[in-house]
Amino acid sequence: MTDASETSVLIVDDEAPARAILHELLSAEKGVRILAECANGFEAVKAATDLHPDIAFLDIEMPKLDGFEVLELLDPRIAVVFVTAYDSYALRAFEVHAVDYVLKPFRAERLRDALARARERIGRKERTDPHELARTARPTGQYLKRVVVRDGAQVHLIPTAKLDYAEAQDDYVALKSEGKKYLKQQTLASLAAALDPARFLRVHRSYVINIERLKRIELYAKNSHAAVLSEGTRIPISREGHARLKAALGEAE
Amino acid sequence: MNPILERGHRRLPYLAAAVALTAILTGLLAVPGAFSPGEAAAIAFPMAAVFVLLAGSVRYTCRAAPLAGGRVPRSVATHAAGAAVTSAVWVLAGAAVARLLSPLWPERGIPARYAAQVPVLFFAGVLLYLVSAAIHYVLLAFEAARQAERQAMELQILAREAELKALKAQIHPHFLFNSLNSISALVGSDPPRAREMCVFLSEFLRKSLAVGEKKSISVGEELSLAKAYLDVEGLRFGARLSVEENLDEAGGPCLVPPLLLQPLVENAVRHGIATRVEGGVIRLEARRMGSRLRIVIENPCDPEEPPRRGSGLGLANVRQRLSARYGSEALFAARRLADSFLVVLSVPAELAE
Repeated sequence: MTDASETSVLIVDDEAPARAILHELLSAEKGVRILAECANGFEAVKAATDLHPDIAFLDIEMPKLDGFEVLELLDPRIAVVFVTAYDSYALRAFEVHAVDYVLKPFRAERLRDALARARERIGRKERTDPHELARTARPTGQYLKRVVVRDGAQVHLIPTAKLDYAEAQDDYVALKSEGKKYLKQQTLASLAAALDPARFLRVHRSYVINIERLKRIELYAKNSHAAVLSEGTRIPISREGHARLKAALGEAE
Repeated sequence: MNPILERGHRRLPYLAAAVALTAILTGLLAVPGAFSPGEAAAIAFPMAAVFVLLAGSVRYTCRAAPLAGGRVPRSVATHAAGAAVTSAVWVLAGAAVARLLSPLWPERGIPARYAAQVPVLFFAGVLLYLVSAAIHYVLLAFEAARQAERQAMELQILAREAELKALKAQIHPHFLFNSLNSISALVGSDPPRAREMCVFLSEFLRKSLAVGEKKSISVGEELSLAKAYLDVEGLRFGARLSVEENLDEAGGPCLVPPLLLQPLVENAVRHGIATRVEGGVIRLEARRMGSRLRIVIENPCDPEEPPRRGSGLGLANVRQRLSARYGSEALFAARRLADSFLVVLSVPAELAE
């Protein structure tokens, strides 16, 4: 971002020819500077953190992190354009959330249009909620399989099967998995909506627990319960949460 | 439920039977001179109606007492009891009718004259029961035949649908669009490779079109199709994709349904190679082992990677085609190992005649 009129872009795609065509067409555009080309999601997150691009062109199916997960971890000021070949679920999600995308193969004009629109979005923070977008892109009946958390330049992948519980902390959720705690910028409601309701239960306004980790329910004051998880944590249960928990356990028996 | 109380075409034969039965009973009561024709008709009509209602349930007795399969003595006993009970109920109903009619002509003594006819009527009731049982057996046999025919037709349609779906699923649009995108890219940067890609893609499409029509192809041909496909993917993935092929001489000519392996090879790329930064080797193996043909497809995969959207469809497709073709003679196993995915299938070794 040396020149105010210059737009810096990041190209992210795991296939070399796909990167090559983006490189060829974008470098022919005036005022565009290509900062880096990344072949997987991890590289993309790292490059975006180090280089602060204005725009990222993102493939969806990639090793390590897919395009939706990369979007979650990017600075919201970066304008993102998805570039994909064919994925009916993702396309439906793009339409629903009015997210810009380019279909492979594409013409130079189509890419130029997307570039122009993306330039208008640079620096605006009000973009689509990436969690909602990813949720819409999942086929019905499928749920979040892992949670991605960024810690500085480091990215942690937490499989939902290994998630013990999640706790709301203002605009963040604290995630407990395998003895470690991770902090992620997302509301608990948004995370809960993406989790499999057969395995995760909101037992309290501020807590979602993995039912498989539940060891016992304790009465710790009059009409007040707590859930004891297998790793020992005590989680408060609200009255509604207790009713939900009883219903869920009743069904399981 | 009694078929007479049901709606629709099943009721019609019973109504016709009621009319015919009224006529027969009127004759039975009037001809020996026991009743005047008017009286006979007045008793016969309600009795016919009652009998038809009773006969409706004979349908269920018949269904419960099949005449085949070594259960005949039991069925005969069931019907003997059924005939006696039905006839008794029927004769009693007739007595009630006679009593109801008696206030109309008190001086004629209808109930007493009816009582004199009871043995004849009971015998007639048993006979009528047996006739209706016979008719119901015939009707049930007809229905069973019609249903079997319909079921056979439905099965045929289902099988054809499965086959069509299978063929459609063989080549994923994702592959075509990505290949076209690679060509579009290479045209600018590396024209000779763009041309090569066009040739590879055409070869794969031509081969798959040619075999799609056939019922079987040799596993050698099938593997060369898979190779053609992997050639195209190789240009997309570059050094990330390599292939190791193992086909023994005895296995080569064995027959398989065309494009059987295509969804598996596609999975190996999409859920295996494409999920790994460093890519890997796809291993294809086909061997004849005695009377069986054994095919193995193995690809590396990232243990941290959750299954991608649409995984499982390809496997279900192959499983379906195998069972449609070989029934229980085909073995199919798909396993996720520590860092690879392994599919093994074994089918009877068939050769072209």
